[in-house]
Amino acid sequence: MPEPARAALLVTCLVDLFRPSVGFAAVKLLEQAGCTVDVPRAQTCCGQPAYNSGDRADAKAIARQIIAAFAGYDYVVAPSGSCAGMVKVHYPELFADEPAALAQAQELAARTHELVSFLVDVRGMDRVAAHWPHTAAYHDGCSGLRELGVKEQPRRLLASVEGLTLAELPGAEVCCGFGGTFCIKYPEISDKMVTDKAAEIAATGADAVLAGDLGCLLNIAGKLSRRGSSTEVRHIAEVLADMTAEVPPIGAPANPSPAPRERVASPQGEPGEGARSSRQFAPSPRPSPPVGERGF
Amino acid sequence: MQPTSHSFPANARAGLADPILQTALGLARTGFPQRRQEAIARLPEFEELREQGRAIKDHALANLDFYLELYERNVTAAGGQVHWARTAEEARATVLAICRAANAKIVTKGKSMVAEEIALNDHLEANGITPVETDLGEYIIQLRHEPPSHIIAPAIHLMKEQVADAFREAHTELDPARPLIDPRALCDEARTVLRPRFLAADVGITGANFLVAETGSSIIVTNEGNGDLTQILPRIHIVITGIEKIVPTLEDAATLLRLLARSATGQEFSSYTTISTGPRRPGDLDGPEEYHVVLLDNGRSALLGGEFQDMLRCLRCAACLNHCPVYAAVGGHAYGWVYPGPMGAVLTPALVGLGEAGHLPNASSFCGRCESVCPVKIPLPKMMRHWREREFAWRLNPPVYRSGLRLWAALAQRPALYHALAGTASRVLGWAGQLRGRFRSLPFAAGWTAVRDMPAPQGRSFQSLWTEQQRRSERRR
Repeated sequence: MPEPARAALLVTCLVDLFRPSVGFAAVKLLEQAGCTVDVPRAQTCCGQPAYNSGDRADAKAIARQIIAAFAGYDYVVAPSGSCAGMVKVHYPELFADEPAALAQAQELAARTHELVSFLVDVRGMDRVAAHWPHTAAYHDGCSGLRELGVKEQPRRLLASVEGLTLAELPGAEVCCGFGGTFCIKYPEISDKMVTDKAAEIAATGADAVLAGDLGCLLNIAGKLSRRGSSTEVRHIAEVLADMTAEVPPIGAPANPSPAPRERVASPQGEPGEGARSSRQFAPSPRPSPPVGERGF
Repeated sequence: MQPTSHSFPANARAGLADPILQTALGLARTGFPQRRQEAIARLPEFEELREQGRAIKDHALANLDFYLELYERNVTAAGGQVHWARTAEEARATVLAICRAANAKIVTKGKSMVAEEIALNDHLEANGITPVETDLGEYIIQLRHEPPSHIIAPAIHLMKEQVADAFREAHTELDPARPLIDPRALCDEARTVLRPRFLAADVGITGANFLVAETGSSIIVTNEGNGDLTQILPRIHIVITGIEKIVPTLEDAATLLRLLARSATGQEFSSYTTISTGPRRPGDLDGPEEYHVVLLDNGRSALLGGEFQDMLRCLRCAACLNHCPVYAAVGGHAYGWVYPGPMGAVLTPALVGLGEAGHLPNASSFCGRCESVCPVKIPLPKMMRHWREREFAWRLNPPVYRSGLRLWAALAQRPALYHALAGTASRVLGWAGQLRGRFRSLPFAAGWTAVRDMPAPQGRSFQSLWTEQQRRSERRR
C-alpha cells in the first residue's frame, strides 16, 4: 500500500454536467488507492475548447484558474485522458513564453494524472474488487493513448473484474470522431468516423463498450443508440469502482420497470430527497468500504 | 491549379457521398497502417531512426543557406546547372525556357508533387509542349484531367473499373473489345502505351526525394522504374523540387531512406532508388546531355525561424494521410489543392493563404495519430492549432462561433456562476430526458442530434451533489 496522499479531483466539465457518477466512481477508486480526495470548487473546465479553437488568451486565463485551484495537492487526477493531457502536456506549451507561469504549469503537470494510469502506475493498483458480467470492447481515447501512454493500464485492471471478458476491438486506437468542437464544426465527417467506430464495435460481438473519456463515450453511445443497438456504454471508472448496479449505462433510461418516480433512499436518509427521480444519480454512502478490504 | 480549399465542407460532403471513393478509401484505411506496422516491427531501431531523421532535417534547415550553396557548387562541378525559383511562376518560366531551348515537343515526367504545386502540366500544354506522366497513378489522373488525391498514390480514389474506362477512352488505337479486367492487364497496357513516349521525349522531368549537398546529387525513389526511364532516355533531365529537400551527406540520405519507404508503403526499401549527379560523363553508357535543377521556394523560406519551420522536415511519405481518420473519410480531393491530409492541412495555408485554406487546419479532431507515425516527428496537430490561433487573432472564424466561444470562456472564468448554470442545465436536461435516457433531437445541438442521439445528463451536476454530500458529513461531525 503506497503512502497516504492528498488528491484533488479534476472533475471535467462533461462529467460535472452529464455524468456525476463517473466523478463519484473516481473518488471511490482514489480512496481505495489510499488517497483523501478534495474537489476544488474553483474549477470549471480545463480550457481545452478555447485552446483548440485558437483562443490562447482565454485558454491561458482558464489555465491560470486551474493552476491556482489545484495548488498544494500531492496529486491532481482526472477521469479523462483528454483533460489530463491538456494539463500535463499543453499547459506547459501554453506558457512557454512566460517563465514564471511556465514553472507553475510544469509543477502542476508533474502532479497531474489520468485516473486509471494513476491508479496503476503511481499507486500500484493491480486489481479491483468488482463484478460486471459482460463482454466489453475497450476504446482507447486519443489523448490518453498518444499524449499520456494510457493503453495497458485499463486492460490490466479490467482483467481483474469478475465476469468481464474483454473483446479485442480492431481500430481501438482510431479516433471515434468526437474531437471536442470538431464534431460540431464538421458533423458529417464526425458522423462517418463514429459510424465506422459503431460498426467495428458491433462486429466484435461485445454487449458493452468502455472507454476512459466521457466525450468519446457520449459520441459512441449516441451513435449506437441511434442505430438501435442495445450495447451498454460506460466509463471504465464505474466498472472498476463496482458501481454499475447503481447507475444505468450512458444514454439508457434509469429504470425500465414501472414506477418512474420511485423513492430513492438518499444516502443518509435525509428528508426532502424522496421525490428525486430514479434517473438522478445518487452518490453511494461515504466513506467507501475500508481500503484494506480491497487488497491490492 | 485553382484551389477550392475554401469549399472544404462541400467537397467533404461530396466525398462522403461518393460510393466509389468510399470503397477505395475503405481498402486503404486499414491496408497502409497494417503494412507500415509490420515493416517497423521488423526494425527494432525504428524509433531511434525517427529521432535521427528529425535531427538530420533540423540541422539541414538550421544551415539551409550553407547547404544549398554547397549543393549548387557541387552540381555545377558535376556539369549541371541550378536554377533558383522564388515563385511558382518563376519555376514554370524556367522549365519552359529549358524546354524551348531544346525545341522540345514531348516531355516525360516522373511523379513530382512540386510539379503539381506549380501546375506545370497546364503551363507546358498552354505553350505547345505535351507533358506525359509516366507514374501509373499520375498517368491515370492525367487522362482523367484531375489532380492527385494522395501524395504517393495519386489515383487512390479510383477502383480498377474507372481506370479501365479512362484507358478505353484514351487509347483509341487499341482493340475496343480487349478485356481490361485485372490490374495486370491495365499495367501492361500502360507500359505498351508509355514505352514509345519514353523514347520520343526530348526532356525528362523528375522530382527529388533528397538533394545531397556534399555530392550535388538528387535522389528519387519509385516502384515502377519510370523515374529512371524519364531521366536517362531524354537528352535533357530537369529535376524540380523544393529547397527543403536538402540533406548534408549521402549518409544522411541513407538514414532517411530507411525511414521513408517503411513509413510510406510499409516496404523496407522502394523498388528503385536512383541517385543522379550531373549529366552523362565521358565514358558513361547512358544519361542526359544536360542536367538542370530547379529549386523552388514558393513560400518555404518564409516558414524558417517561425512556428511552422518543423513542417519543412516533411519527407512527403504520406504516413500522416494514411493514418488520418478525416482523410480516410473524405479523400484527398476534398482538401481542394495539391497537398491533402494532415501535412496538407499545415502546408496549404502557408502556400495559398489562410483565407483560402482556413478549413483545413480546423478539420481535425486532434487525434494525434499523424504525429505519432511521422518519420521525422513533425508536430502536425500543434501546427494546425497555430493556424487556428492566427485565424482567431485575425478574426477569420464565423462570428457565431467566436461569440459562442467567448461567452463560454467568460462563464468558465466565473466558477460560482458556472456551477449555478451547470447545476440548472443538468437538472433541466436530466428531467427532460429521464424517460428515454437520451434525446433524439435538441434544438441547440442540432449538428449532434442530426446523426446521433444525445445521452441525457443524470440530473444533477457533480459539483452540486458533492457540495451537498460535504455539508451532510460536516453536519454529522
